[in-house]
Amino acid sequence: MMNVMTRTEAEVGAGEQIKVEARDVNVFYGDKQAIRDVSVDILDRTVTAFIGPSGCGKSTFLRCINRMNDTIDSSRVSGLITLDGQDIYARDLDPVQLRARVGMVFQKPNPFPKSIYDNVAYGPRIHGLVRDKAETDAVVERALRDAALWDEVRDRLQEPGTSLSGGQQQRLCIARAVATQPEVLLMDEPCSALDPIATAQVEELIDALRQEFSVVIVTHSMQQAARVSQKTAFFHLGNLVEFGDTDDIFTRPKDPRTESYISGRIG
Amino acid sequence: MIAIAFLMLFLASITGYLVNRQAALAIRSGGTRLHSLAGFHGLYSLLLIMVPALLLILLWLVLQPVVIERMVMNGLPAGTLEGLDSGAVQLIQAEIRSIAGGRVFGTPDPWKLEAAERMNSLQGRAGWLLLTVLTGLMAAALVFSRSRVSAEFRARQGVERIVLGLMLSCAVVAIFVTVGIVLSLVFESLRFFSMVPVTEFLFGTRWEPQMPIRADQVAAEGAFGWIPVLLGTLVITVVAITISVPIGLMSAIYLNEFASTRFRAVAKPILEILAGIPTVVYGFFAILTVAPALRAAGAALGIPVAPNTALAAGGVMAIMLIPFISSFADDALAAVPRSLRDGSLALGATRSETVTKVLFPAAIPGIAGGVLLAVSRAIGETMIVVMAAGLMASMTINPLDSVTTITVQIVTLLVGDTEFDSPKTLAAFALGLMLFLVTLAINILALRIVRKYRELYD
Ligand SMILES: Nc1ncnc2c1ncn2[C@@H]1O[C@H](COP(=O)(O)OP(=O)(O)OP(=O)(O)O)[C@@H](O)[C@H]1O
Ligand SMILES: [Mg+2]
Repeated sequence: MMNVMTRTEAEVGAGEQIKVEARDVNVFYGDKQAIRDVSVDILDRTVTAFIGPSGCGKSTFLRCINRMNDTIDSSRVSGLITLDGQDIYARDLDPVQLRARVGMVFQKPNPFPKSIYDNVAYGPRIHGLVRDKAETDAVVERALRDAALWDEVRDRLQEPGTSLSGGQQQRLCIARAVATQPEVLLMDEPCSALDPIATAQVEELIDALRQEFSVVIVTHSMQQAARVSQKTAFFHLGNLVEFGDTDDIFTRPKDPRTESYISGRIG
Repeated sequence: MIAIAFLMLFLASITGYLVNRQAALAIRSGGTRLHSLAGFHGLYSLLLIMVPALLLILLWLVLQPVVIERMVMNGLPAGTLEGLDSGAVQLIQAEIRSIAGGRVFGTPDPWKLEAAERMNSLQGRAGWLLLTVLTGLMAAALVFSRSRVSAEFRARQGVERIVLGLMLSCAVVAIFVTVGIVLSLVFESLRFFSMVPVTEFLFGTRWEPQMPIRADQVAAEGAFGWIPVLLGTLVITVVAITISVPIGLMSAIYLNEFASTRFRAVAKPILEILAGIPTVVYGFFAILTVAPALRAAGAALGIPVAPNTALAAGGVMAIMLIPFISSFADDALAAVPRSLRDGSLALGATRSETVTKVLFPAAIPGIAGGVLLAVSRAIGETMIVVMAAGLMASMTINPLDSVTTITVQIVTLLVGDTEFDSPKTLAAFALGLMLFLVTLAINILALRIVRKYRELYD
């Protein structure tokens, strides 16, 4: 993993290449269609925000990108999604490997009932990213620093992760995802359980993570989308209504539905 | 008489209900708002009539025979019972009772016939007395409850209080029964310990409860050291647990995490059937199938195998415990929040990594509680070991030997002609007390663990 702080502007600018490409994605739960013909390009080293009213399919689409929908028995996905040009729904692709490359942070903090240290070391250990204790220590510290949690927990790494406060738990979950060194980080309403201070910390963190990964964030807060993202996708009733630069979406929405959602008339 | 009493009780309660309800409805149609619904006024009357009357009938049923018998025996001609021991008196009582019931054998003494007649007439009178008292009681209750009907009367709370009292008394009955059972165990054990020193019982390594049956019979002094019996129990329990825990856990994990819904729909009921098989049937299985198979296997390998091995009994007990452990582990695993599963999978863990590294550790307290409960069931299990384990108490931990268990010994000590004042039979109570203490300790521990883990995720 590269150091967050030493990346140059030039490198960030080089992230204009497409990381995840979705074409005509449809998702069904049983007979019910939750996503209709969604096509979207997610750029490398960019924060993409998914916004839209509740139940419009943001989480569903997000879960397609790391195939977490596979764990829901009734769900069925069609269409094409590629990661670095590789079809992630191809027969010979191992979803377990895919999820190591596409990390996920959930709406509700879900630390494992293990120590803080073991929570963060979980991913690196199962993927064989660390060989010995010293390496694990280093990875854990780096991930906790990246998640802006290190200073608060450096003296209590062996305490259970569940003993942290909600905001700390969420940052722990982010550290846990970051430690696995993913290429894409999916975040489903990561701040919905957090207070404004913790939210600000997480947003800062997202901005820092952008230097290394491509981040996709689902949020209900317009301000948050405007603050952290460069690209925004607006979903409505399972359709991708509008996708473009965040500035454009928030200042010059093309679709009337986008405009009324942003101005608070539908939601 | 009793049938009539119950019929009256039924009719009176219904009447009380209707009367009070009607009265309450009348108040309401008069335009006043009632505190309680009319139905509650009715119910209040119903309970007030029924509960005391029911208690009266029950009390009467218990006391009437005793009192009448006492009266009859006291009314016998003076001097008839003089010099007879209690056994003979009981015999006379029984004879009078059977004559009164119309079963006359031979030609009884005239004073017995007279006593029987007295008994019959007393019973007839007692019946009428019951009906009279009952009528009075119910009438009083009816009048009283009717007088309470008014707009402000809180019949709703009244009903609640009565029902609360009923529930409380049920709970108290359960507690009293438990205490009574424990006390009887303790007292009989104390009698045993007055004959056999506690230290000999607790630390003795010989268990030979064969006592001379007649005073002149030549036989060895009995030995009452429970250690070999305890050891036998532990051997069988250990065998049962070591076999059943891995199988039960694996099946729970498979069913919970890997099995398709279709497989689960078939496998779960089958496990439940396994749990529903009577233990006596497991006993057959142990004797007829497992034990001979073990002996044959032993013979083929050249290992001496006793006919009643601890392995056979423990193995069959393990089969009995599998569904128990499996369903406990299943519940514990299912109680782990889905978010933990998703969190692990989203980090790129496989399903088995998720199970072993996240779900299983999270579920361990619940599973441990289940296993402990299974242990206490194994220790207390009786039928399988009575049929499949041996009778000889030996100091061994070899599962291929024949061992005996606490429960088996209790059964053999108490079966057949027994007197409840020899150490042989009283030893059964001491064993029972120990068994009770051991399982109680395990259960308390298990419930503690289970409760602690429930708190974790609620
Ligand atoms: N496991 C499931 N089984 C069946 N239907 C589901 C399931 N999960 C989601 N859905 C349905 O799919 C649709 C989209 O749900 P999704 O969770 O993606 O919405 P969302 O945009 O994330 O909403 P929110 O903002 O409230 O989280 C909804 O209509 C929902 O009822
Ligand atoms: Mg959602």
